[in-house]
Amino acid sequence: MLDRAATETAAKTEATRRVRFRGAGFVPASSRFGGWIALALVIALWQVAGSTGLVNPLFLPAPSAIARAIYQLAVSGALWQHLSASLLRIGVGWMLGTAAGVAVGFAIGLSRLARSVGITFISALFPIPKIALLPLLILWLGIGEEPKIATIALGVFFSTAISVYSGVDAVPRNLIRMAQSFNVPFATIVRKVIWPGALPAILAGFRITASVALLLVVSAEMIGAQYGIGAFVLQAGNLMQTDQLLAGVVILSVFGLAVGKVIGWLEMRLLHWR
Amino acid sequence: MDLIASHITHRFGDLAVLDDVSFTVSAGEVVAIAGPSGCGKSTLLSILGGLLQPTSGAPELRGSPPADSLNPLTFVFQDFALLPWATVEENVEFPLLHTQLSAAQRRALVEDALRRTTLTDFRKTYPKQLSGGMRQRVGISRALAVKPAILLMDEPLSALDSQTRELLMEDFVRLLADGGMGAVYVTHNLEEAARLADRIVVLSRRPGRIREVVTVPMTRAERGETAAREKLLALQNQIWSLIRNEAIDAEREVQHA
Repeated sequence: MLDRAATETAAKTEATRRVRFRGAGFVPASSRFGGWIALALVIALWQVAGSTGLVNPLFLPAPSAIARAIYQLAVSGALWQHLSASLLRIGVGWMLGTAAGVAVGFAIGLSRLARSVGITFISALFPIPKIALLPLLILWLGIGEEPKIATIALGVFFSTAISVYSGVDAVPRNLIRMAQSFNVPFATIVRKVIWPGALPAILAGFRITASVALLLVVSAEMIGAQYGIGAFVLQAGNLMQTDQLLAGVVILSVFGLAVGKVIGWLEMRLLHWR
Repeated sequence: MDLIASHITHRFGDLAVLDDVSFTVSAGEVVAIAGPSGCGKSTLLSILGGLLQPTSGAPELRGSPPADSLNPLTFVFQDFALLPWATVEENVEFPLLHTQLSAAQRRALVEDALRRTTLTDFRKTYPKQLSGGMRQRVGISRALAVKPAILLMDEPLSALDSQTRELLMEDFVRLLADGGMGAVYVTHNLEEAARLADRIVVLSRRPGRIREVVTVPMTRAERGETAAREKLLALQNQIWSLIRNEAIDAEREVQHA
């Protein structure tokens, strides 16, 4: 007892020192302009490398050459010709695939029969690279727009169906039980509980399907199309016009970014409650 | 309207959860269900409220609910079960949307329910912006909006801190004071059971059987008085002595599971 009192008294006379801050968990904060600054820096370095002859422009043209190529494409009207062909295929294919995917996803999420049948088929067909079906679809649907649109729709359909039924499965069961405890009809439960509850997963699925659609449209256009960004990129590559080729790649990247922004805006509007 | 548990037995696969449980909740009566962990209290409430099919036996109703009751048996959930994408008033209005009521009638019911739970100023707030206690108030408000004959409350205070529990307990006492609404109150908290209930159904360890039905020997109004505290404490001790050994066994069973 006395020893302890003596120790405490001695301790009180010692100089204090701060407790070292050891961290608050790994919480990386994102900088608002960091990404843009890094991008600008990479482009600037790339430009310098191109201008000084450090990199052969045949293999990697400078950003200014790519910008010039995009400008010329825009002025000549070729940009719109290729872009509109791709946008039409993506738009129609994505909408068809999404509509079917949402319907089938909800059916699998809500019906025991649809689940047992649907999951088996989806598991079997989802892993098939959809572009491999393009020749078959050409045989079935002809050489026009239909097989390209069908390829995109198929790719979008499976990813959408999976994200929708996963989203339906993720809706907390207690909310459905709550609605049932108030005798809320099935259709109202689907509309007011399951749909909004599954929406985060559905929108996350849209991000994936937008990329899938972009990937498939480029692939399909490379295989058999006269117009479209994919066809344009392939043609430019065959002619060693790397500035044109990279102009096509940049346009694809900008398109992907724009779609991402639209989905981000949708998430902000529809999921503001999160 | 009376709610009757008639020989309710329930099993989850091989696990016997409830065994021949029978009791009656009379109109306006508050009955607490207490017992050791895992004795089937919440399962019993789900069965009583029609959210779970019992293996045998059945919940039954006798008599008619009040004419204005839109959902005679109404749950108040332990986890609040609020729609996170809906505001407070949208949550309260949710169970009214499928009824035949006009928008004005719905609005009036929502207003009344919000006022009774002191949520009027929070009508446009989302659940994530509210404290646990306020969220449960929204759950209570939603239940009141449908004018229930019997509230089915599944440990409604167990997710809350002690001060919030006390405040909400005062609300429950006030809401149930006039005897116009009955309640089945599932709890592991014997103090809550003694303060709120007219009778306490004490269940045994799993499979839950009725061990004893304890009548609280004073009116609800009397329980707020200082003199009643000793009696209530004695009652809690009496119930605790009934379930203490089984609670210890139940705890060990859970730990070994």
